[in-house]
Amino acid sequence: MKLQTILWKELLLRKSRMVSGLLAITLGIAVIVGIQSVTAVSERAVQIKLDNLGSNILVLPQAASVDDYYTADIDAPTFPEDYVERVATSMLPGVDNLSPKLTRRVKIAGVSVILTGILPANELASKPIWQSAGLAGEELALACGTDPDVRKGPSYADEKLQRKAVDSLAPAEVLVGSVAAERLGLAEGGVVRIEGREFQAARVLPTTGTIDDDRIYAHLHVVQDLLGTGRQVSAIEIMGCCSAISDGLLGKLRNILPDTRITTIGQIVGTQIETNRLMARISIVLLVLIAMIGSISIGNYMWANVEERKREIGTFLALGAGRGNVYRLFFAKAAVLGLVGGLGGYILGTASAMVLGPELAGLAVQPVPIHFVWSLLVAVAIALAGGLYPTFRATRLDPASILQEL
Amino acid sequence: MYLLENVTKTYSGRRGSVHALCDVSLRISEGSCVAITGPSGSGKTTLLLTLGGLIRPSSGRILFHDEDLSRLSDRELARYRNRKIGFVLQTFNLIPYLSALENVMVPMLFDGRKNGDIDPRARALIERVGLRDRADHLPRELSVGQQQRVAIARALANDPEVILADEPTGNLDPALAAEVLGFLRTLCEKDGRTVILVTHSPEAAAIGTRRLRLLDGACREDSSHNDPTTG
Repeated sequence: MKLQTILWKELLLRKSRMVSGLLAITLGIAVIVGIQSVTAVSERAVQIKLDNLGSNILVLPQAASVDDYYTADIDAPTFPEDYVERVATSMLPGVDNLSPKLTRRVKIAGVSVILTGILPANELASKPIWQSAGLAGEELALACGTDPDVRKGPSYADEKLQRKAVDSLAPAEVLVGSVAAERLGLAEGGVVRIEGREFQAARVLPTTGTIDDDRIYAHLHVVQDLLGTGRQVSAIEIMGCCSAISDGLLGKLRNILPDTRITTIGQIVGTQIETNRLMARISIVLLVLIAMIGSISIGNYMWANVEERKREIGTFLALGAGRGNVYRLFFAKAAVLGLVGGLGGYILGTASAMVLGPELAGLAVQPVPIHFVWSLLVAVAIALAGGLYPTFRATRLDPASILQEL
Repeated sequence: MYLLENVTKTYSGRRGSVHALCDVSLRISEGSCVAITGPSGSGKTTLLLTLGGLIRPSSGRILFHDEDLSRLSDRELARYRNRKIGFVLQTFNLIPYLSALENVMVPMLFDGRKNGDIDPRARALIERVGLRDRADHLPRELSVGQQQRVAIARALANDPEVILADEPTGNLDPALAAEVLGFLRTLCEKDGRTVILVTHSPEAAAIGTRRLRLLDGACREDSSHNDPTTG
């Protein structure tokens, strides 16, 4: 026989009371695991949608506004193309792709269009404009973003998502937006003269309904030479990992490029970051509440258990048990309750999330292994905290007065 | 074996102090069988538990083989109870969820003995008290006489020098009481253990080769029954 035998047999003798003591901790852990499982899936799903948007950070000259960038004002300020190198060599985590651009409004045969210089190898083909034109080329080596295997999962599959560069663009070729082509009367294979130099229209891009339809795209270095700007660019579009943005990627970029204006494209990233933070805060508040309720519940159960076992504890002490033996018995009991509660809570919470996730949030939830470890650790910590004072009290019982009471 | 010098135990309460033991001085020899009698509240159980190291006296000294029990730490007292003392109580105090055999194993478990040593010793003791076929029964599945026999077997688990019995026959009918008293007498006469029992019962007290009487915490020899050759 071992000390554990006493523990197990006592637990089994009073299992109905043990179940009620376990209920609070099990349900508490289940709630946390459920919320965390749905939140984790939700974050990944939104992250993938953000990936689909392509670039999500815009680096502009200090004096420029986002409007300047889109209207391609002739006087819009620029900054050196070397900045791309500066960011690339900084090895900042969370920077997936850099797309430098030079945009200028130019007149072609009296028609005003926006000439945009791009580096084809750096342009993400996942942008709708490139994708619908079928310009996807080589696979891009991206450092972060969601795992491709995850994206291929049943709940995240997005056929539109491609992580490929735009096909190569020859120095004498241009890609022409649909509105620009119409206004210039230009068809695929046609020739257009820009700033005194002839280009062949390699592709007329499908209509997107955006300002991109009024653009003509040429190779960045060709456009720089053509406009005589030198190695200057109007903007760098960066694809940043959503999680890295929330971890302060923008601030780190500002340190590297202090004389630029760095902003996220749209409110989507910011909103997602805020949502994630809100969910994290709610989880923490719930965790604290559940830890308190669980501790009180276990403490209450253990307190009642000590009262109920006074005679037994008195007998143990009379038979020569040290206080260490009593500590071990009660702490082991609290730990067992925590382990069982944590395991039950993880199973219940994960099962609930898997059943309710698709119903309530339209997301297929998978079990998260790390939640299993955390469930056990948190539940055991809660149970030990709850059992601390009752156990201390058990070791302080006076066996003589207990035996004399009998 | 035991030497008590001016032992006093006072309990302080809201209604004032109660002297459970008043200046008790006595010597108990090794291998003696001592019966302590006295009316309820006279301090019998307090004296027994003090000898067992469960109560520290308010003043005075208790020497066990010349070692002052009041100077021992809690851990040392626990070890003293575990190895030197076997308790037999009126209410048996068996652990309800452990079998008869496992109840006998408990003191050995607290002594840190290995499972391989515990099991044969516990089986031998269960057999000695005639409960081999009841070894795996829970206390509630045993008669009161059988429960007290398990308690005696448990008291012998660590082969103690002293058996302290508090009203060991208080819950038993005369036949079972005689059986239990027979066991206690054997422990003293054949095993050479020191048996100290507290009792109201004249029949139980009769097994004592020496009798003490407590009255209002004061102890005196009950010379009318004492065998002058022991003590």
